[in-house]
Amino acid sequence: MEVLTDHPVHTGNEKQNIRQFLKSELKPKGKLITPFNVLASVIIALAAVLISIRFSRGLASVTNLSQEFPWGIWIGFDVITGVAFAGGAYVLTFMVYILRLKKFYPIVRITVLNGFLAYVFYAGALLLDLGRPWNVVNPIIGNSFGVSSVMFLVAWHFMLYMLTEFLEISPAIAEWLKMKKAVYILEKLTLGAVIFGITLSTLHQSGLGALFLMAADKIHPLWYSEFIPVLFFVSSIVAGISMVIFEGSISHKVFADRLSMRAKISHDDILYSLAKICAVVMLVYFSLQLLVFIHQQNWKYLETSWGAWYLTEIFGFVLLPAFLFARSVRYYRRLLVQISAALTLIGIIINRLNISVIAYNWQATKHYIPSWMEIEITLAVIFVEIVVLRWIVNRLPILNRFSGTNY
Amino acid sequence: MDRRSFLKVIGTAALTAAPVTSARARSNTVDTEFSGILIDTTRCIGCQTCSEVCAELNKLPAPEVEAIDEIEGFRPTTPTQLTVINRFENGDEEIFLKRQCMHCNQPACAAACPTKAMLKTEAGPVIWRADRCMGCRYCMISCPFDIPKFEYDKAVPSIRKCILCFERLKEGETPACAENCPAEALLFDKRRDLLLQARRRISEEPDRYVHHIYGEHEAGGTSMLYLAGIPFEKLAMKTELEHVAYPEFTKTFLYSVPIILMLWPPFLLALNRATEKENETTIENEAEEPWKY
Ligand code: SF4
Ligand code: SF4
Repeated sequence: MEVLTDHPVHTGNEKQNIRQFLKSELKPKGKLITPFNVLASVIIALAAVLISIRFSRGLASVTNLSQEFPWGIWIGFDVITGVAFAGGAYVLTFMVYILRLKKFYPIVRITVLNGFLAYVFYAGALLLDLGRPWNVVNPIIGNSFGVSSVMFLVAWHFMLYMLTEFLEISPAIAEWLKMKKAVYILEKLTLGAVIFGITLSTLHQSGLGALFLMAADKIHPLWYSEFIPVLFFVSSIVAGISMVIFEGSISHKVFADRLSMRAKISHDDILYSLAKICAVVMLVYFSLQLLVFIHQQNWKYLETSWGAWYLTEIFGFVLLPAFLFARSVRYYRRLLVQISAALTLIGIIINRLNISVIAYNWQATKHYIPSWMEIEITLAVIFVEIVVLRWIVNRLPILNRFSGTNY
Repeated sequence: MDRRSFLKVIGTAALTAAPVTSARARSNTVDTEFSGILIDTTRCIGCQTCSEVCAELNKLPAPEVEAIDEIEGFRPTTPTQLTVINRFENGDEEIFLKRQCMHCNQPACAAACPTKAMLKTEAGPVIWRADRCMGCRYCMISCPFDIPKFEYDKAVPSIRKCILCFERLKEGETPACAENCPAEALLFDKRRDLLLQARRRISEEPDRYVHHIYGEHEAGGTSMLYLAGIPFEKLAMKTELEHVAYPEFTKTFLYSVPIILMLWPPFLLALNRATEKENETTIENEAEEPWKY
């Protein structure tokens, strides 16, 4: 557990003060040697070695990718699932800034920060997967616009969205640096950023699904349909909210000392409201899946083992958590909310991996299974994200907006 | 937010939408005067001269020509072998089929590619440009024929596939494989003439051929066309492919992008305005109004 130090008091020379302040903030807070830190450093160090091997010897040296399976878990999990998990940011900004449900205000900053970091690190992990990453600027700087390409659009929306998310959390940075004027200006920009951010999210959450539209003959018919983009978008809402619940229940323990009284009191209220929304949206998602299933007349596949796997996903990880969410709201079971959120998250992982990896090229004789090194590097990406998140939350007014600042 | 910033939001949305709208106009042009090759599997004798000259031209290791007697059935192209002869047994009869990129009329790979590294040239060949490709392998996901191959074992990998000897075509020459085939199994010409020729061959010898020109409609039409004496599914050709160009699958999504970009912002702003009145009376503390700036 980290110990909170007081912010230095500003007196005298402003410039020198800022420098001193930054210096003190850069120092780690609390004990350095904790089980978590040791584990994180081992995993990150090992990943650094593996990544250098990957760049000097090619992707085959660390991954199990093949000509039949060009995308593995670095895309299917890190990028495609990671971005769905980060969907909480646009859902919450929608509720707080557009619908003005001020109940959710205490968690909006932490969610947007989480979303921003998820984009930076999980989408950033894409660079590891690119065969020729030095050309990654090509779709961006405009010398090579591939405008009919879904991936081109997704890349652009990713980038712009990261910018809007950064704008959305920038008031927190300005508060941290005690720049009153900047806070004022940046907060003025927030609504615009939010509106643009929600629009971009709608497009790239569904766009990630649209990436697979041309793989029509490769993805098992139980998972392929022309409606993948819609399904991706709707499920990103529950994925995002479930992540907020899951992550919130952890951070409320870890960062207890950073929380304002108000945040603590409203936590349960927020929790059950989120659970209620989840239950409803998941039912919508389930009905959509059902409609697609009927529309495509997929009965014939149900008797195969793919059918069993499909039913597991749809009933075990969509309908069941939807039902549990509803129950938890009814009987005020906090643990049940958390269990349902966890089930939902597993369901999203299964769904995204089904489309991108598991049911992709399902007829192939030799199916892709990730190497331990791919998994190791994925873990490292997650750990780096957590470390950075912890660093920021311990310093910036994220969980407790008015802590440590003068206003 | 006042009216000016509202206009700003709309403006940004329109700007972002602009390239997409122009994409629609461009992707609709289908040039029927593409060049291609008619591959007559009833004439192919399996000598593999084509794969040898292809390897030589592209500075790839020479193919193991003898290996063909041991392998029956499907063999894919590889990063080091851009065209591969497959051998099939049908009773006592041996059938050989040349495999390579199909040079689709509206290629999925080129539509997928975010950098336009994959490009359908006006002459017909679908080429790959090293200076643009970022190695995302989305072309491999999208190609219905599983043709683009990636060099997983290289630090500086390339996407490898047949480019229909694009450089030779520019010089007015024909593709190396077609030029060197001793059995006249490969005919290089304009696609339109190839289709005529294929029809003529079928009508002149209706018992020799199945009455289907593979590539005429598959995946929206390809520059490489096939004739065969037995049904194509027995030759491990994908016969269940849709008869539409694969980029069509993403059209609905791509069309809805500019629409959402235009409609969402004003809709969200209106929603934001609409909720204003209701809550106004309940707000007591300035600090609790994150939306009111
Ligand atoms: S066969 Fe595949 S690689 Fe060749 S042009 Fe068609 S989509 Fe592109
Ligand atoms: S791997 Fe290269 S050629 Fe293929 S889609 Fe990506 S950028 Fe385009």
